[in-house]
Amino acid sequence: MTIANSLRTGPDERGRFGLYGGRFVAETLMPCILELEAAWEAARRDPAFQAELDLWLADYVGRPSPLYFAERLTAELGGAKIYLKRDELNHTGAHKINNCIGQALLAKRMGKRRIIAETGAGQHGVATATVCARLGLDCVVYMGERDIERQQPNVFRMRLLGAEVRPVSSGSRTLKDAMNEALRDWVTNVETTFYLIGSVAGPHPYPAMVRDFQAVIGRETRAQMLEKEGRLPDVLVAAVGGGSNAMGLFHPFLDDREVRLVAVEAAGEGLDTGLHAAAMLRGRPGILHGSRSYLLQDEDGQVIEPHSISAGLDYPGIGPEHSWLKDIGRLEVTAATDREALEAFQLLARLEGILPALEPAHALAATKKLAPQLPKDTLLVVNLCGRGDKDIYTVARHLGVEL
Amino acid sequence: MTTRIERRFAELRREGRAGLVTFLVAGDPDIPTFERLLEGLPAAGADLVEIGMPFSDPMADGPTIQAGNLRALANGISLARTLEIVRRFRDRDGTTPLVLMGYYNPIWAYGRLRFLDEAVSAGVDGLIVVDLPPEEDEELCLPALERGLDFIRLATPTTDDRRLPKVLQNVRGFLYYVSLTGITGVKEAVAEAVAPQIARLRRHTDLPIAVGFGIRTPEQAAAIARVADAAVVGSALVAEVAAHLDEEGKPAKGLVAAVHGKVRELARAVGAARS
Repeated sequence: MTIANSLRTGPDERGRFGLYGGRFVAETLMPCILELEAAWEAARRDPAFQAELDLWLADYVGRPSPLYFAERLTAELGGAKIYLKRDELNHTGAHKINNCIGQALLAKRMGKRRIIAETGAGQHGVATATVCARLGLDCVVYMGERDIERQQPNVFRMRLLGAEVRPVSSGSRTLKDAMNEALRDWVTNVETTFYLIGSVAGPHPYPAMVRDFQAVIGRETRAQMLEKEGRLPDVLVAAVGGGSNAMGLFHPFLDDREVRLVAVEAAGEGLDTGLHAAAMLRGRPGILHGSRSYLLQDEDGQVIEPHSISAGLDYPGIGPEHSWLKDIGRLEVTAATDREALEAFQLLARLEGILPALEPAHALAATKKLAPQLPKDTLLVVNLCGRGDKDIYTVARHLGVEL
Repeated sequence: MTTRIERRFAELRREGRAGLVTFLVAGDPDIPTFERLLEGLPAAGADLVEIGMPFSDPMADGPTIQAGNLRALANGISLARTLEIVRRFRDRDGTTPLVLMGYYNPIWAYGRLRFLDEAVSAGVDGLIVVDLPPEEDEELCLPALERGLDFIRLATPTTDDRRLPKVLQNVRGFLYYVSLTGITGVKEAVAEAVAPQIARLRRHTDLPIAVGFGIRTPEQAAAIARVADAAVVGSALVAEVAAHLDEEGKPAKGLVAAVHGKVRELARAVGAARS
């Protein structure tokens, strides 16, 4: 049933969220994208597919992830009551696997035996490699050389899992270039290959499909908060690079207009330094990787290389649905710098005994500023979408410690 | 009123030969050298010229053309300057069809209607925009056609008979058949595999058919010229540019002559292919 004035019905049949989204891809890929859309439409309506997915999420991923009351962090900040949605406790240590399981099952259903993926922080690559190992699928992961340097543990994990990690040396040698290279692979091996995109980006149907696979985060949060507090949360906070963890948390709440949705972009060395990854705060609408969305670009429409301490947020764009939600005023957008994220990383470690990944550390940094301004009965949820073990080398380097 | 593209393919038919389409990246390796390259292409045997509009993230291109895009951008090319170059070319040459090829974002950032109007007035004959499939025709294809600018679509080995009518729906000028699934300049086209595909396309359209991707040598170009109306050569020419740069990446002596020499070889092979 379609609810009148619902914000949850997008995209339209052209894959658009207002101005954003669409299918801006080469003709070679179009038949494949249409085939994928049809397969996804059939799968999402198939109770057997959903049941299989639910089983994997429960027994392999370890869902539901807890909604945890961060008592000491709440006391320290002295404002809103802070809950952490513990998706870092999933198998492989991040939310990425929710989507990987879904897409890999879809690939099998479509008879595609070769999976390709792009990765920034390596979390999506590890989750993809994990799922491919379990399902017996070939796996090639594209990763920028710069990300390979700063995410060595994840590179090793992917190789242990039997994936081939292909270094990408073009452009800024980060996530956007890995995605370019994955698209080049896909266009070359389109008949045999399933492109497992890790974020709510890319051509339709990816932004909607990835969102639907990640929306389990928001559905659980909703039920868990109702059980613990007897009402919906007031504020949801999530970091955004491409935006998959945020959209997964936010989407089930889009029509609850009283719930504030706060997206936290990576401000890098500062929003006005030119060294950041804040597509919504500092970008303009543009077209990259198959869809229109906010994009960091110069006057001539050339893509600007982003910067963030967090490899997972180091992307010049953002999902089309976020872009639309920002324009209509449903999404609040803020940012946290590298330094603020590092501080939040250490704060959570000391107060709660949890090492967050540098990606959710940005959400925690924004929460550090936001929570003290809110009344004590405000219920605030931070999406703790990844664990920080992979980041200890980066953090150590910034703290001047040699490991 | 006929267009330059129609007139050129009509001439080629009268002459009983296929055409050579040359691709270079606008502003590669720098703007002055590129203008000398462009100016000499028709005399060297290019029947149509295709110019790449540089983009930072050329997703359909292999390493050779990616590098050409980056060289051109580093040396100050922009869409506005590309149109100025076309305007100067058109002042000297009123007959050689000129097609701009690229990706949508620079056009979108420029203002798509402003771009189309200026492209028409500069003397551009057609557009190839890789990331605008028929599903996105409202973005640029339809407004281009309204202005008399041809929109040249790519058909690929994955474009099956069911999809072909959609791809052909708003194509004008010629159809560009991508000879292989993949990116530019990596794999090689096989004429034996292309021939049946061209025959299939001809059952659906009377438009001239150019074939590109993976055509590097005069022999490959000649083989394609026997089955198609034109052969497109890109990466091989951009590689020739790259091969004539000095250690600092500046154009070395002989660059322009070398590229034109390569075009001459290709043109001879294409011109003689059916005799």
